[in-house]
Amino acid sequence: MAVTASRLGGIEQLESAFQKAHADGRGALIPYVCGGDPNLATCAAIVDALGAAGADAIEIGIPYGDPLADGPTIAAAAQRALECGTSVDDVVGLAAGARERGAPPLLLFTYLNPVVQYGVERFAAALAAAGAAGAIVPDLPYEESEALRRAFHRWGLALPLLVAPTTPFERAVAIAERSDGFVYLVSRLGVTSAAHGPDIAWIGERIARLRPRTARRIAVGFGISRPDEVRAVCRYADGAIVGSALVDSYAGTLGAQAVDRARAFLCSLRAATVREPES
Amino acid sequence: MQRPDARGYFGVFGGKFVPEVLAEALAELERAVEGAFADGAFWREYQALLRDYVGRPSPITQASRLLGGERVARLLLKREDLNHTGAHKINNTVGQGLLAIRMGKRRLIAETGAGQHGVATATIGAKLGLPVDVYMGALDVERQSLNVYVMKLLGARVHPVTSGTQTLKDATNEAFRQWAGRVEDTFYVIGSVVGAHPYPYMVREFQKVIGSEARAQVLERYQRLPSDVIACVGGGSNAMGIFSGFIDDRDVKLWGVEAAGHGLQSDDTAATLGAGTVGILHGSRSYLLQTPEGQVRNTHSISAGLDYPGVGPEHAFLKDSGRAFYVSATDEEAVAAFHRCAEREGIVPALESAHALAFAERLASERGPDGLLLVCLSGRGDKDTRQIAALEGVELAGAAWR
Ligand SMILES: Cc1ncc(COP(=O)(O)O)c(C=O)c1O
Repeated sequence: MAVTASRLGGIEQLESAFQKAHADGRGALIPYVCGGDPNLATCAAIVDALGAAGADAIEIGIPYGDPLADGPTIAAAAQRALECGTSVDDVVGLAAGARERGAPPLLLFTYLNPVVQYGVERFAAALAAAGAAGAIVPDLPYEESEALRRAFHRWGLALPLLVAPTTPFERAVAIAERSDGFVYLVSRLGVTSAAHGPDIAWIGERIARLRPRTARRIAVGFGISRPDEVRAVCRYADGAIVGSALVDSYAGTLGAQAVDRARAFLCSLRAATVREPES
Repeated sequence: MQRPDARGYFGVFGGKFVPEVLAEALAELERAVEGAFADGAFWREYQALLRDYVGRPSPITQASRLLGGERVARLLLKREDLNHTGAHKINNTVGQGLLAIRMGKRRLIAETGAGQHGVATATIGAKLGLPVDVYMGALDVERQSLNVYVMKLLGARVHPVTSGTQTLKDATNEAFRQWAGRVEDTFYVIGSVVGAHPYPYMVREFQKVIGSEARAQVLERYQRLPSDVIACVGGGSNAMGIFSGFIDDRDVKLWGVEAAGHGLQSDDTAATLGAGTVGILHGSRSYLLQTPEGQVRNTHSISAGLDYPGVGPEHAFLKDSGRAFYVSATDEEAVAAFHRCAEREGIVPALESAHALAFAERLASERGPDGLLLVCLSGRGDKDTRQIAALEGVELAGAAWR
């Protein structure tokens, strides 16, 4: 099963994950971990545990020292990973290993500069070879996304683009059109952080307006940390992305303890992805 | 003088590499810049503040004793140190402050390293009645406690930034993050010709006054143009400002002087154009001090205002096009020039500006008596006296007034 899945292109991997969740009457749950935090081996075990506990896809961050779109939790996680010497190849290798062990679709979350220095074409090829589904690049503006998108297309990789609360509606439609895998709807103003929850009213309104204009899947992220938030988001969206709160749940722990905490945290959210029938 | 293209590029440098949440804020700023720059009333207000509040035009001073001997060039100093708040930074904050008012923004935020831009922003905030929040690396807060207190006296709030290297680069990251959280009512006042478009262009236009004044002053006094124009380059705003006046005078050589720190080949340098490679930082593609993995490197310069791993995209463009030359001065050379300027000209320069002076002294003997060198003296050195004293092992009786 895992072997066939890894032969699918990344866009298809993600689509089948969304379909499977949908068939189960759920929204997809997409946790984020920072690659190499607290160290590579523990991080690999966390990714395995999240997959086994029912994550529909997993984002793995390539640690970056100047993460403009991230709040203190993920910035600190990146710092820990960098202090262990985690490289781009380490994270790609982590993804490859996890896929071999049957992980759900994996998206690498990375800032643009490490990708540019690695080489865009080389990065795409490495992701495809690892069986990863694609990448999310939060500081890649829609206007600059064409080169990466073209390289990713050659390998069937997904490149979800972000839509923010400040994005004018027609721009959001255009971004959705170019967004492969799903549209990443940012839940509120600001950077990643569990300190500020999602703006559910805005999310509902924006998704309702976007649906008639795009066939893309829509996943919501930033600030989602509680079951009630997952439940509310999954009422409107195809998936919920949970980063800082998960990273917080095991920050400061190592080994089996970190894995247990990550698993427990994911399990606490998993049930909330189930959509209640319309009353 | 070149305008960036529609996507915000000078050649292949520039752009708008920011998270989507800021894209519309940049677009809004672009529209406001477009409108303001085409509006004579905006410029009149800006010029009135520069005249009546900043004290412009700043003079040029011939430095007659700095260079010993007859066979050397003449050296002119553009005296940005005489501006209100003691540096060129205020030219820019006056412009951005007026723009913030025009856009209906209700508060200002800024990053600062040495605290000069923070002070200049706090100053204009007080003058225009806009509250100011300044983000400053925790290390810099400690190193520049005097400027932190000045900002507080001016009514600004100073937020120490404890992430990363706890210096200017991290303060800039934090200012971008804070802006992302409150884009609607907040104007982010960037302190140099860096950041995403339209910042590098806008800041240059606000610093252009240095170059246009200097050109007219030199022509009037010497009936000729300078042979060389020299400025220190941190992010590059005082340099772009003075270069702007001469960029179309193809015979005038333009020199940007970066901080070599302990030397270009060492790990302890801040000479981005001299030792860096092309990458993306703080919203634009330019040269960058980085590892092969694309992580931003730690930098070092004795001068906090030059201690930054990036550089404005227009400088990257001018370097690659060959219109400007980029050289560097070490910590040691800058400190020596600092002392010579103080002792022989009666001017205590900022350590940043001392880098430009160090190179100018070298160039002057090369040029010979026909040379006419114009140096941007970007700021005064009061802020650096404590650091110089510490270097010399002099204990200042600071505790009483600190
Ligand atoms: C006096 C002075 N000169 C120069 C600089 C460097 O900035 P820029 O390269 O933008 O002129 C600073 C920055 O703090 C400064 O205070």
